[in-house]
Amino acid sequence: MWRQLLPGLRMTIVLTILTGMVYPGVVTGLCQLFFKKQADGSLIVKDGHVVGSALIGQNFTRPEYFQPRLSAAGNDGYDPMASGGSNLGPTSKKLADRVKASVETFRKQDPEFTGPIPPDLLTTSASGLDPDLSPPSATAQIPRVAKARGASEQEIGHLVAQFTVDRDLGFLGEPRVNVLLLNLALDEHFPLTK
Amino acid sequence: MTPNGLLQIGVFFVLILAITKPLGVYMTRVFAGERTLLHPLLRPLERACYVLCGVKESTEQRWTQYAGSLLSFSLFSFALLYAFQRLQGYLPLNPMGFGTSHAMSGATPMTPDLSFNNALSFTTNTNWQNYSGENTLSYFVQMVGLTMHNFTSGAAGIAIAVALIRGFARQTAAAIGNFWVDMVRATVYVLLPLSLAIALFFCSQGVIQNFHPYTVATTVEGKTQTIAQGPVASQEAIKMLGTNGGGFFGANSAHPFENPTPLSNLVQLLAIFAIPAGLTYVLGKMVGDTRQGWAVFAAMSVLFLAGVFVLYSAEQSGNPILANLGVPGPNMEGKEVRFGIPMSALFATVTTDASCGAVIAMHDSLTPFGGLVPLFNMQTSEVIFGGVGAGLYGMLLFAILAVFIAGLMVGRTPEYLGKKIEAKEVKMAMLALIATSAVILVFTGISSVADFAKGGYWNSTGAATTNLLNGGPHGFSEILYLFTSSAANNGSAFGGINGNTPWYNLTGAITMAVGRFFIILPMLAVAGSLAAKKRIPVTSGTLPTHGALFSGLLVGTVVIVSALTFFPALSLGPIVEHFLMWEGRLF
Repeated sequence: MWRQLLPGLRMTIVLTILTGMVYPGVVTGLCQLFFKKQADGSLIVKDGHVVGSALIGQNFTRPEYFQPRLSAAGNDGYDPMASGGSNLGPTSKKLADRVKASVETFRKQDPEFTGPIPPDLLTTSASGLDPDLSPPSATAQIPRVAKARGASEQEIGHLVAQFTVDRDLGFLGEPRVNVLLLNLALDEHFPLTK
Repeated sequence: MTPNGLLQIGVFFVLILAITKPLGVYMTRVFAGERTLLHPLLRPLERACYVLCGVKESTEQRWTQYAGSLLSFSLFSFALLYAFQRLQGYLPLNPMGFGTSHAMSGATPMTPDLSFNNALSFTTNTNWQNYSGENTLSYFVQMVGLTMHNFTSGAAGIAIAVALIRGFARQTAAAIGNFWVDMVRATVYVLLPLSLAIALFFCSQGVIQNFHPYTVATTVEGKTQTIAQGPVASQEAIKMLGTNGGGFFGANSAHPFENPTPLSNLVQLLAIFAIPAGLTYVLGKMVGDTRQGWAVFAAMSVLFLAGVFVLYSAEQSGNPILANLGVPGPNMEGKEVRFGIPMSALFATVTTDASCGAVIAMHDSLTPFGGLVPLFNMQTSEVIFGGVGAGLYGMLLFAILAVFIAGLMVGRTPEYLGKKIEAKEVKMAMLALIATSAVILVFTGISSVADFAKGGYWNSTGAATTNLLNGGPHGFSEILYLFTSSAANNGSAFGGINGNTPWYNLTGAITMAVGRFFIILPMLAVAGSLAAKKRIPVTSGTLPTHGALFSGLLVGTVVIVSALTFFPALSLGPIVEHFLMWEGRLF
């Protein structure tokens, strides 16, 4: 019996050290050496303090900013301590009610936009931390942002185009606009007059 | 479906096709103990493992000893993980203080039942998680506990598959290899080097890898945002490569820190299918006829492509209920913008074909037919490429049934790969199939009606159905998905269900154990029985198993057996929901 069992114990210890300590240790060393910025979370530092991560979406509620997708992470959304989606199914009443309410809010907030609402704008993402909007969802908000910042729609549209990233290698995934980076650029190019 | 979407699926499939042979050749050499390119570097490490564990490399084991070794390893590694989870407050690398009195509010405590469920989940390569990593586990448990299991449960699966192939390849032999040697070789030569390369690539794309405390950011609008950190890249690589699928974070591979770009996502997809596809080539190579391996590969491919297209078209046509509310278009609820519909559909299919279980879209929010595909994929017992090793030994189980059925039709003793398939092999295959199907259906049935005392131990909210987020048929699908995913050792979820109660933690754990060991042990018995048999020469009466005819027969057997078992349950869930959705019914 012990002759069978003992190698199991020894193998557990040896492989724990090899794959649970040595391997992640080596990966950490190499990543910190070659890709320090990414390994630390692609953090964005402004005026000496961290304003967020380029990869992690954050909430924007004011009209002068592009607003991200809805988020089910945490109570107020975009909480990286509770990542995840709404998990509401296609026939959920909660989902239908939520979408109905956000359509109303959106139409009130962006009356200039009259087309059909892009599907990503009023749905929650899988992670609740989606940093991106689809280009149509960003475009839909241009009139509001332009008005709030006293800029022309063309100028804002130009900035959106500049921050639109194409599919990876030209065919993978979808075109997208990083909301945090776009909004930081807005503050830089079209600062709010206080 | 868009041309660009089809292109992404096409490119993925072609890349898998291209990986299969070189990886298969490499793995065949590794498990035969032959020299490879990496031997000068890794052979000393391999030998060190044997010396430290007291394993003699040249010793071979009978199937019973092989199984005993697997069980012994599973037992010890399970116990160690259980202890790590319970004691995380006393262990190092815990900057957020999980398991101590100064943990954040809202942290999930690692109770005995949750720790039991999770330790078994990672031991069985399921990686079902009733918690979110970022608010539950210390870096020590994630890294030393979970990353280690990601390696070893995958390596054990590969070992079993290789042992079963040896059963076909050898004749009049008593032994089927040495579990310890197979496992060390799988880890050292296959999983470690590939994981290292993939982890570095992930990090270059933006996956994090550090031991910092969580970062507190002040957002542009002046709010506080706490950003979780951790050694993610090292775990992410083996999570995909070992078809484990347990997320470092609650959002799993949808989380931008786990999977930041469409390019990293393509590599995740490839990493899931690479080893299962390569093992089909190992099968052909070891039995001396590579066409046999390709015939199995072809059957898997047919089932895979069928699943992708159903799921993709369902998600692309979207939800008519939302369209009526003014949000037309594809179903983006629970999906990420950077991945979009085609990649999300491809990922949901791949992750449930293989027993991976990582997700980039929330399966609970898929359309009814979009959710039907993952459920059915898992109900085939994960044989469409399947888990590392598990996919191949599962598919060989169906191959045994397929030749048995064919043998009955023409009235000849069935043969497969030169071995007579007799009563013992067919009985073992049936035992595996019935046991795993039974746990799914029985526990789903009980949980649909079980009533518990409110505030009691087993399920403090009362009836087992009070844990569901969604109502109507979708709620039933949440329960069915939980037990299907557990039995298939998949780990993806219809995440609306709250599985963190003693009732679901315990029944889920039993289901995972049955799903793993009630296939492995019968398959090892088959390996032992086949190895002892003589090889019989091919005659004009032999059913050829290397061509399209056999691939078709295999596909038919998988679909018919799974559909007959699960059609009634699927009708009550996604199928009826599909019709109700088009009627506009809400729950």
